[in-house]
Amino acid sequence: MNLPLLYDVALSLLLARWRQTLVAAIGVTFSITMFIALLSFMSGLNQLLDGLVLNRTPHVRLYNEVKPAPQQPIDRYTGRRQHNFIRSIKPSDELPRIHNAGAIIAALRHDPRVRGVAPKTQAQVFYNVGTIDLTGTISGIEVEQEDRLFAFGDYVVAGNPLNLKTVANSIILGKAAADLMLVGVGDVVQITTVKGNRVQLKVVGLFQSGLLEVDKVQSYTSLATAQKLLGEANNYITDIQIKLHDFTLAPRLAEEYAQRYEVQAMDIETANSDFETGTTIRTLISYAVGVTLLIVAGFGIYNILNMMIYEKMDTIAILKAIGFAGRDVQRLFVAVALSIGLSGGGVGLLFGFGLSALIARVPFHPAALPTVHTFPVNFDPLFYGIGAVFSLVTTYLAGYFPARKASVVDPVVIIRGK
Amino acid sequence: MDTPALEARQITKYFDDPVRVQVLHGLTFALGRGEFAAVVGKSGCGKSTLLYILSTMDTMYEGDLLIDGVPMRDKREAELARVRNEKIGFVFQFHYLLNEFSVLRNVMLPAEKLGKLSSPEIEHRAYEKLKILGIESEALKKPNQLSGGQKQRVAIARALINDPLIIMGDEPTGNLDKKNGEVVFDIFKELAETYHQALLIVTHDPEFAAKTHRIIEMEDGRIRNELATFS
Repeated sequence: MNLPLLYDVALSLLLARWRQTLVAAIGVTFSITMFIALLSFMSGLNQLLDGLVLNRTPHVRLYNEVKPAPQQPIDRYTGRRQHNFIRSIKPSDELPRIHNAGAIIAALRHDPRVRGVAPKTQAQVFYNVGTIDLTGTISGIEVEQEDRLFAFGDYVVAGNPLNLKTVANSIILGKAAADLMLVGVGDVVQITTVKGNRVQLKVVGLFQSGLLEVDKVQSYTSLATAQKLLGEANNYITDIQIKLHDFTLAPRLAEEYAQRYEVQAMDIETANSDFETGTTIRTLISYAVGVTLLIVAGFGIYNILNMMIYEKMDTIAILKAIGFAGRDVQRLFVAVALSIGLSGGGVGLLFGFGLSALIARVPFHPAALPTVHTFPVNFDPLFYGIGAVFSLVTTYLAGYFPARKASVVDPVVIIRGK
Repeated sequence: MDTPALEARQITKYFDDPVRVQVLHGLTFALGRGEFAAVVGKSGCGKSTLLYILSTMDTMYEGDLLIDGVPMRDKREAELARVRNEKIGFVFQFHYLLNEFSVLRNVMLPAEKLGKLSSPEIEHRAYEKLKILGIESEALKKPNQLSGGQKQRVAIARALINDPLIIMGDEPTGNLDKKNGEVVFDIFKELAETYHQALLIVTHDPEFAAKTHRIIEMEDGRIRNELATFS
């Protein structure tokens, strides 16, 4: 009811001590600015680092591992004397291929939960550098699918990834491996397959994942070339990589597919549980720092309000004498605190946005990430929401306790004390 | 006219700090509408203590206080504030104006708090009250630009803004020179006789007291003597 009047009185109190008010508001502004900038930057970095691995990781990977069958033929014997002591069981001559891959891929592409499927054929090779052989892995990929689902093109630092499809017997070498072999785009490298075949492949691109160990070993070729290297038919596929619309479904679907298609399935959460942990901890730290800043600003407001109330005892007494109730006085000082929080916080949100925008323009060329040129910043509106809510909550609390004190001031004590 | 503006029944008050001392011993009296009473007595006899109890600001007492026939005993703090706002105008020894606001706004504050009238109406009334007290020309100044006598008149105008039932004063002329004191007295008298408001004024000034309708003389927390002066 009396709110406009209370705000008027609050405003006059604020203006009467405008210097302190300004300092308190600047405290809030500073903390909100830093909170926004810190969280935006941290979250941007998190996304970048997570993307480094997660973007390139399929949500579900279907593969067939060479491993002993869970039930050996001898176990099926149900006659008498059924103890067996067979040791050192070896796998039969079977390659880690996925059986009936074509049908599985076709079925997966019709699954509404699946965003895309990319088949892959892995082959172990040796890169021949003069007389020395370097071990390596060649992945045969469908370059268009790979680019669409795993941003493959982003990591090709030289050459055009699509040449993999158009140029026969072509290869995209890992950057580190290419440096070792002293070759560039357009050169020809010779590799030896596990079976001893020697093949010459033309380098159409260089690839940099950002993980040196990977770049030394990994290279890419087309699916068909990889199958040729292995001397297998064009239905030989070792991995089926699946991207889902909602990757939280990954563990469930992995189980489902493993059962349905009789393959092994690895989901993203199992494969990269460490990244989740790292992200959580980094986020936690940034929130902790941000909240600490806000609490410090809250103490500033608390101090100033306490001082203001001490100075304005007469005013409080007189307001009470002319008919303001304790809760009116309390509301008055909470309004004072909240207006400091609102103005300081509002400006802080703007400054935070400005600072984030500034950080987003700082040049940043990580060797690992060829597509990144400036610091990554995540302009998530959520941070601004949290910042606004936090600034209001802390200033409210910072104002509440001094205001409570003011509300119980006994006017008689003040007036008679003169 | 039947219900007295203010009625005190067996008001008893103790101070507990540092030792328990009884300052008021069962005071009983009533103040009618339009009655102008002065409370006199030596320092420490409990005049001011009584006044603050009657003003509802001090609630630590025994006995009953009725304002306009309504007992104050069991009212909550916010309700008492409302009573002060609506029915009691208070004038202190020191002017106690808010320096952040203009004179006019200071006078308007209690009415704005009451919230019964619109802002322009309140402003109009405030001007009227200032006119009664002869200081309407100072309305837009800040209180610290006024003289002591002017400030005290502003404080009285503020006490009058809601047309209270009772006006209480704690030595309202104590800090004023003789001339200003007389001006204030004349205003009080006019309020009682023309506007029919009850006045209860604590004073040290025997001349001031002698001119009122009624003198309540206190000694050691008791009413020693009551005089109707009919001046």
